[in-house]
Amino acid sequence: MEHALQPQKVDVLIVGAGPAGLAAAIAAREAGTENLLVLEREPEMGGILKQCIHNGFGLHRFKEELTGPEYAQRDVDRVKELGIEVRCGTTVLEVTADRQVTAISRDRGVQVFQAGAVILAMGCRERPRGALAIPGTRCAGIFSAGTAQKYVNLEGYMPGRRVVILGSGDIGLIMARRMTLQGAKVLACVEIMPYSSGLNRNIVQCLHDYNIPLMLNHTVVDIQGRERLTGVTVAQVDERRQPIPGTETHFDCDTLLLSVGLIPENELSKQAGVPLSPATQGAVVDDTLQTEIPGIFACGNVLHVHDLVDFVSAESFKAGKAAAEYAAGKKTGNRIAPVADGSGVRGVVPQKIRIPDANSPAEAIQLMFRPACVYENATIRVLDGDTEIYKVKKRILAPGEMADLTLKSDTVRALSGEKITVLIDAGGEVCAWNK
Amino acid sequence: MDMEILVIGGGVIGCATARELSAYQAKVTVLERGPDVASGASKANSGIVHAGFDAKPGSAKAHFNVEGSRMYEAYCRSVGAPYTQPGAMVLAFDEEQRAHVEKLYQQGLVNGVKGLSVLERDQVLALEPNTNPEVECALLAASSGLTSPYELTCALADHAAVNGTRFLMDTEVTSITWENGRYQVATSRGRMTADIVINCAGVQSAKLHNQLSEKKYTITPRKGEYYLLDRENKPMFSHTMFQTPSKMGKGVLVSPTVHNSLLLGPSAMNVDDAGDVSTTAEALRLVRDKAMLTWPGENLRSVITTFAGMRAHEQGDDFIVGAIEGSKGAYEAVGIESPGLTAAPAIGKALCEQIVAENGLKPKSEWLPAPIPPKAFAAMTTEERQHACEQDPENGVLVCRCEQVTEAEVRAAIRRPVGARSIDGVKRRTRAGMGRCQGGFCSPRVLEILCEELGVRPTAITKDGGNGYVLAGTLAEIARKEDA
Repeated sequence: MEHALQPQKVDVLIVGAGPAGLAAAIAAREAGTENLLVLEREPEMGGILKQCIHNGFGLHRFKEELTGPEYAQRDVDRVKELGIEVRCGTTVLEVTADRQVTAISRDRGVQVFQAGAVILAMGCRERPRGALAIPGTRCAGIFSAGTAQKYVNLEGYMPGRRVVILGSGDIGLIMARRMTLQGAKVLACVEIMPYSSGLNRNIVQCLHDYNIPLMLNHTVVDIQGRERLTGVTVAQVDERRQPIPGTETHFDCDTLLLSVGLIPENELSKQAGVPLSPATQGAVVDDTLQTEIPGIFACGNVLHVHDLVDFVSAESFKAGKAAAEYAAGKKTGNRIAPVADGSGVRGVVPQKIRIPDANSPAEAIQLMFRPACVYENATIRVLDGDTEIYKVKKRILAPGEMADLTLKSDTVRALSGEKITVLIDAGGEVCAWNK
Repeated sequence: MDMEILVIGGGVIGCATARELSAYQAKVTVLERGPDVASGASKANSGIVHAGFDAKPGSAKAHFNVEGSRMYEAYCRSVGAPYTQPGAMVLAFDEEQRAHVEKLYQQGLVNGVKGLSVLERDQVLALEPNTNPEVECALLAASSGLTSPYELTCALADHAAVNGTRFLMDTEVTSITWENGRYQVATSRGRMTADIVINCAGVQSAKLHNQLSEKKYTITPRKGEYYLLDRENKPMFSHTMFQTPSKMGKGVLVSPTVHNSLLLGPSAMNVDDAGDVSTTAEALRLVRDKAMLTWPGENLRSVITTFAGMRAHEQGDDFIVGAIEGSKGAYEAVGIESPGLTAAPAIGKALCEQIVAENGLKPKSEWLPAPIPPKAFAAMTTEERQHACEQDPENGVLVCRCEQVTEAEVRAAIRRPVGARSIDGVKRRTRAGMGRCQGGFCSPRVLEILCEELGVRPTAITKDGGNGYVLAGTLAEIARKEDA
């Protein structure tokens, strides 16, 4: 592709200044990258944390309970302290496999960069109503939970007064409490699965504490209202998640919030030809967070949807450091062990481990994944080929809470190069909802 | 003094007719009961510009279809509406259907359709590898095209408006009578009078017709439901894929849209309530099942949305276009269902010519060209984008990331002659919110820009007019109401 514009050279270019992009930027600078640039489409840094004014952020990383904006501010302060250039109001339009990045902004127009390394940190977006094909009208009053959160917390407007929430993702749960506190009546939180996809602490603190019923095994089967929403019909579902006739309940409401899943925002990654994992809907990466395209890294919710920002930051620090080293020309190990999902496990990240050369240092490697359903007293096992190299017992495992384990550096060094499988051994107990 | 003309209905037919009339010396007003033009059938249909092999030879449908189809490309270009001509296929899966394909081929020739041929299985699969390999043969209609029905309607409205046509939205005509030598038109917003009335009221057109004529018509609203799928790097189908009607009923189509999404549908269900464009689990399941015949690898993982539209089916099964019998100065286009979108340019032209001839309208000394919007940012090259940003820095601000719509484009849509007044109005004109996130990202920003441009509070902004407000009130307002 020809560009009339002369590309500007950048050693490490980061797409997105949410928690992932900011942490990656800090780590890259601390690892020695001078020529570093962060592009952010919103007018300010911080990503989705800006509108998450509830607390509970930072317990792992800072051992403190912060609000979203407070958590973000710590990274923003550090980014400023390090003198990292962040261009806000700048939307990236294209990333190519050879790391040419095109962006636009109000004040600079079209900008083209040639980057030594690119870190994809675009975050995720919410699954919309349309994707669920819920029957009914297409009236006003249907919001994704995050859009409603933006209206309430950033704009100071209430989307409605009587609310039903479909899906029990964390943002939906947080908004149940938020709207209740602002004077709305939240009638129910409806979840098609037999368990919530949100964190247990949010179910307790956002639903139970406010007597908001959580209707498991239920879904919305009809939406009414020509102009503004006037009501929804909720029905119970069977094991195949199909509505059971005769179980319908009607709710008079003016608002339906959807918290039915987050989708890593990989439009730019796809353009660049970065292979994605069907399980995570994010890039396939190695333990340095490098994608299958050399020099392109991914971290945070664009890689796989996390539950806690603390882990987004931790992952992104790794990506920032690795991208800095890549841009500086550092070589990594050549032998690669693929990592696969075994039974009961979904979307292990990373999907590849680079086995260190004999004379280079090995590091411990963390593997993260989601249990495919709820398991009690199960064992997580890791196999190298057929040999067990790790096992740990867990009292409870659920899809709503990401699981992780760490392979010690000695274990990593000793990897055979055969396929590594992560599985959950539930003692023969088969989860009926495992699909 | 100029004659006063009321066009009833701001769909594609009403706007096409008003646009033609705007070249003549007359005072034309379009009355639309919805909040925007293209609020009825023109808002939600397949967007196909039919080649014309389908309609019975000699029918008004055949005549206007074939003529409209021939006019389409130049017509769209003249007002700045999108048009592509990927061609269409009608698939046959057995001998009975092959016979039907042969019949459509012959019928097309009689209707004067160009570019027809019959393809055998291998030829079909070579052109469309995702087609069911059990296909026997197919009719290929090279002249079948695509447009965006609401974008075309908006463009026609703008062209009429710059030439003096007035548009009144939220104005429903409740009765028309002939008194004191003029038409007395009662509307939801008061009485109006006119020398000439033109009934382009879609599903309501029979009701209005029957007030003016002894000859009665019956329109049955027929609902059609669709799936819309996200665009892929490599499109699943490049032609519009029809099925032949069979004992199992009329098939559904699988078609690219003019914007390279993929459309599956429509179902066909007669309903009592013409305003009921809700989707149903049953009809969507039927669309899914039927589309599978064309596309056995059907994959609905990339569904963006589902929607329903309403067709105005007249019992006589043909278009009724022209003067209303027994009412001098009254004209109509009734029963405009498929291929009505294709026929619109020809119907608009025919109605205008008849009205001009019968009422002695004189051409204006000057007919301004359509205010064609600049090339969409999404379709620009990097150099063009750079230039656009230099012209207007607001092109450097992306409002809708899925469809790559800029702030400059959103503002321009609101400032158009018949401008957007709601979130969906902006969506129809710019595509902001049409993409995979369905406005989750851009709608708060679009709402803000609407407020700035229109000088209203956020609580005054609707999704698509009427009582469809987006926000219930400020936090303080809601809290106060709860306290009270």
